Amino acid sequence: MENKTNHDPSKDPTEISEGVPAPEGAASLIDTDYVIGQDNYTASPLGISLDIHGKVFAISAIATLFFVVLTLALQNEVEPLFNAVRTWLTSNLAWFFILAGNIFVLLCFGLILSPLGKIRIGGSEAKPDFTYIGWFSMLFAAGMGIGLMFYGVSEPMSHFDAALAGTAMENGVRTDWAPLGAAAGDTEAAARLGMAATIFHWGLHPWAIYAVVALALALFSFNKGLPLTIRSIFYPLLGERVWGWPGHIIDMLAVFATLFGLATSLGLGASQASAGLTYLFGIPGGNVTMVLLILGITSIATVSIVAGVDKGVKRLSEINMVLAFVLLLFVLVVGPTMLIFTGFFENLWTYVVNLPALSNPFFREDANFSQGWTAFYWAWWISWSPFVGMFIARVSRGRTVREFLVAVLLVPSFVSVLWMTAFGGTAINQFIGTGFEGVREAALELKLFAMLGELPLTEITSFVGIVLVVVFFVTSSDSGSLVIDTITAGGKVDAPKPQRVFWAFIEGGIAIALLLGGGLVALQAMAVSTGLPFTLVLLVGCYAIIKGLLSEPRG
Amino acid sequence: MYEKIMVPVDLAHIDALEKSLQIAADMARHFKAEVCYVSVTANTPGPVGRTPAEYEKKLTSFAEAQGQRHGQPSGCKLIVSHDPTADLDNLLVKAIEEIGADLVVMGTHLPHKVDAVMPSHGDKLAKHTKASVFLVRP
Repeated sequence: MENKTNHDPSKDPTEISEGVPAPEGAASLIDTDYVIGQDNYTASPLGISLDIHGKVFAISAIATLFFVVLTLALQNEVEPLFNAVRTWLTSNLAWFFILAGNIFVLLCFGLILSPLGKIRIGGSEAKPDFTYIGWFSMLFAAGMGIGLMFYGVSEPMSHFDAALAGTAMENGVRTDWAPLGAAAGDTEAAARLGMAATIFHWGLHPWAIYAVVALALALFSFNKGLPLTIRSIFYPLLGERVWGWPGHIIDMLAVFATLFGLATSLGLGASQASAGLTYLFGIPGGNVTMVLLILGITSIATVSIVAGVDKGVKRLSEINMVLAFVLLLFVLVVGPTMLIFTGFFENLWTYVVNLPALSNPFFREDANFSQGWTAFYWAWWISWSPFVGMFIARVSRGRTVREFLVAVLLVPSFVSVLWMTAFGGTAINQFIGTGFEGVREAALELKLFAMLGELPLTEITSFVGIVLVVVFFVTSSDSGSLVIDTITAGGKVDAPKPQRVFWAFIEGGIAIALLLGGGLVALQAMAVSTGLPFTLVLLVGCYAIIKGLLSEPRG
Repeated sequence: MYEKIMVPVDLAHIDALEKSLQIAADMARHFKAEVCYVSVTANTPGPVGRTPAEYEKKLTSFAEAQGQRHGQPSGCKLIVSHDPTADLDNLLVKAIEEIGADLVVMGTHLPHKVDAVMPSHGDKLAKHTKASVFLVRP
């Protein structure tokens, strides 16, 4: 059934004898006999053309369907199982996730400072494909846009609450969820600790995780000439074996993680947006609204996918960037302006001071916080990393390693600090200053709207909030489909369009099925569980980055 | 009547091009026109080249080989795109203007119902250019 893409040298007049050609200026290609797309299956049934990696595509598609059916059919049996897996992973392997996270951050800083930072992705003469604004908007929209909307108010508030309540002991075990040693009764200290803990989860570490995957992929694709799929990262370790089953399995794992991560988020996002619509317009929530929202998001995503990277996801990311900036500016100006500005530096400082304690993987006294929050987050970011990393890699050609890391690691971290300070700080201040209990008591998905409700023009800002949530989901669904399509096409980015549309529909379909079937919680646990194998992938990525960069020409 | 003929080629599917290459060469001989072979490639590694530079090298030697085979002047142009699937049609329309082609010869598939939703590249090209377009059925 395999129809190999034509590459017979005797028939091909383009085949010329050649040494290793320079890509664009100096770079060192890896010499492999593998021809990209050689294992691909090409056909055009019913006039729809296909170009897919037979094994990776078929097995991931079948496994996905099987998993969805199983989760829906045996919901009561499956859900406790996945929850148990998740709890086991985050409690017994928390040290592993936290330690790995630290390694990623240290590697990124090491590379920024080392002479290796001068190496350019795509060869020494490569020109960037996108402007700074377009590039940066896409980095951000793909990386965490939606999370900032959801957790910007709710997470600082949760940590603040827990820290303020102080520690609680039961049989010698801490039962509270406060970070570090808490700050019982001290609102100022609790606010600072809450902000530092939130920034810790949204600052350097997640972006270092993305940066490692993205840099490894970009390096092995643009500088080494290997296909743009996750398996290429393993080339220094496995050599030619990456083109066989070990590579297939790595790629399938990436597809699986991406698909379920996206479907879960699509489901959760729909519940947020629908909660917002209920809050703002009194539109009844519930399954019908959410299914309509998912259908809507998926159709906008389809239009954007068909339009391509430039006219689709880039444009939407830029629009969203402007909207998010306007909302941020609004909160800055209308909220407690001076407090946010001084808070920005204070929070940054508290973050730096608490960073060693927060990122310490061993002998933690705050087990609930470090396992339930930090390890959970790290596993979550890591399970998203194949998708975000690959998308970042694809749009980052032409940047130097240093430029890339500063843009992927430092700039977003500062933006996260500012965002969290503005949104979370305002909410905490509403509580401390005026004793407003609304945000504290609101449900998780309503906390943002409750905070905005205390500021003027609440109808407009809440509406902007909902639009942001929806558009961030469109960009996630869009870039996710691009990534899955590339992986299942054996690293080809020019596979036929219908394949991309297919994956977008599958994502929406899974989200709807699981939302109605009630399997979203199980799925979230599942997505997090894929974080463990991927942590290993990332650690290999660190090794591959160093090895790959050392073999690049410098100067 | 025609001075410059543009022939979009995908070096990964060279066997499917044979017919349009022949037609382009015959017309070029008849009109004493120059043929320009145009390719659009992704900036990521692909089946033909691991880098755009490698693709360009192959395209250049392909164009030279075609020119020698048919004994006529030939040129080529490589367009690098980060999303060739989505941008192909627009890039080809732009290429027509840039190289100043007055005739395009390109292969296309048989008409199909799906074309209503997803028109072929030939369909779209003809719609957006002043140059004449010769669609070669397989």
